[in-house]
Amino acid sequence: MKQLLILSGKGGTGKTTIASAFIKLAEAKAYADCDVDAPNLHLITEQTSQSRKTDYYGLPKAEINTDLCIECDQCRQNCRFNAISADGKYKVDSFACEGCGVCELVCPAGAIALKPAVAGELMLYKSEGEVFSTAQLKMGSGTSGMLVTEVKKQMKSAAADVELAIIDGSPGIGCPVIASLSGVDMVLIVAEPSISGISDMERIINTAAKFGIKTAVCINKFDTNIQNTEKIESFCIEHGLAYMGRIPFDSEAVKAINNGQTIVDIDCLSGAAVKAVYNRTMELLLEEGDGP
Amino acid sequence: MRIAVLSGKGGTGKTLVSINLAAATETSAYIDCDVEEPNGYLFFKPRNIQEEEVSVRIPKVNDKLCSGCRKCVDFCKFNALAYIKDKLIIFEDICHSCGGCILLCPEQALTEKEKVIGKVQKGISDQVTVYTGVLNTGEPSGVPIIKKLLAEAKLEITKTTLIDCPPGSACTVMESIKDADYCILVAEPTLFGVHNLNIVYELVKLFNKPFGVVLNKCLDGEDLSEKFCLEKGIRILGRIPFDQELGRLNSNAEIAVRKSEKYRRIFSSLLETVEKEAHHEAASDS
Repeated sequence: MKQLLILSGKGGTGKTTIASAFIKLAEAKAYADCDVDAPNLHLITEQTSQSRKTDYYGLPKAEINTDLCIECDQCRQNCRFNAISADGKYKVDSFACEGCGVCELVCPAGAIALKPAVAGELMLYKSEGEVFSTAQLKMGSGTSGMLVTEVKKQMKSAAADVELAIIDGSPGIGCPVIASLSGVDMVLIVAEPSISGISDMERIINTAAKFGIKTAVCINKFDTNIQNTEKIESFCIEHGLAYMGRIPFDSEAVKAINNGQTIVDIDCLSGAAVKAVYNRTMELLLEEGDGP
Repeated sequence: MRIAVLSGKGGTGKTLVSINLAAATETSAYIDCDVEEPNGYLFFKPRNIQEEEVSVRIPKVNDKLCSGCRKCVDFCKFNALAYIKDKLIIFEDICHSCGGCILLCPEQALTEKEKVIGKVQKGISDQVTVYTGVLNTGEPSGVPIIKKLLAEAKLEITKTTLIDCPPGSACTVMESIKDADYCILVAEPTLFGVHNLNIVYELVKLFNKPFGVVLNKCLDGEDLSEKFCLEKGIRILGRIPFDQELGRLNSNAEIAVRKSEKYRRIFSSLLETVEKEAHHEAASDS
């Protein structure tokens, strides 16, 4: 399976808009949404069947049995996450608790146990030979990287013999992004021609480079700032990054998305431009003899 | 007064709103908690920068003392330790710095070292004190940097403080809004925008934070986020029109209120509404 991951660093540059167009153009049989704390891909990819839902257990959470607690304060003193408070009874803040188990280890009274905790929900849609894997992290939860890994695992096991998978990523450069990078064949970065967008693009390119993954760039809403678009294009040339093309700002695109359609479902400028970007990206993805 | 600006979805205008509100205030502090992709400093271009590294504690092993009992390996919930070929290996990027392995080791073979994961910066831009956190690329978690930022900025307690949050609804956002007195949710009028607005709406409700919504990129016609607010009875603090001039200023990392009287008026009036709301909430709370 060849896996294409779509990332951006900065949020709101158009990852999901472009991923959904790619899925349509490729008639992809496997795709996934790895933006587990704000997933959107399901809103725009028609799903005819019900999803199979499974609870996702993140790390366990500590619980103090106050009947056994001798209030020795050991747990509070040793917790590095300030998750234990002692106003009256000793208590664990389940949002702050990372489930490391140190409190359980140091408790001399055996009053603390780690309890499994649901940290999100995995969803798998399967219909007409198509597999779509997505998830929703429980709010404020800290194990998004692990959930991203589960989303990809779920997709791969349900679509083992599919040749191409398209994965929509999350903004940023931290744990969910790092988890989404693992095992993919190529990253397409959707850049935006703003000073912020350029700074964020450079940081995600550096991150992908740390993991040695083939990286290409396209520019969305290129006409909102031509000067910055040209800056990004010269940046790509200078750094030997594969450049996949420009997509214009298009109010028709907003309308399509609001109707739950992809930009290639309607006849519009951004849809035509994304086709050219798609063709170049596929060519690069399927190129043989890459990598070390 | 600490005001957190968040959105769920990326690119809705969190930074636009927080920098312009900070710049419209007589004296303020701005804290960029989006440490994975910090952008606020690009707008403020702060001077007199003071910088401090942020590090976490990571175990290191003295091979001579390690007996190979694997107690640490079995204990670590994050699988950050492995014993392979008669040697203890530590995966630093996975370690959560809980310190459990060190407490546990019967041979005292494990000690801790500091590992730099990023930095915090403090600088001045006109009347705004600008705090920025930067996570090093390849590092998984910015939470320790956000903690450090908010602790440093505690000294600014007398000022209006704008906290620019990361996108999403995970641990980094939770950390950023923890001590906020009021939350501004910035929403976009799209299907994606409203879906993610719903997520952060649930988040601020869960944490019992007073909040209101700023509608950004407003176009003529139906605004799905506005409809959502009306249905849920959510306070709409203001509307920022979709505007090419504002888009151009913003894409060139210019602060709109410092460039044009028109935007100064828009954001000053938004600031007034937010402060009134926040004080009202604080008063009705006590």
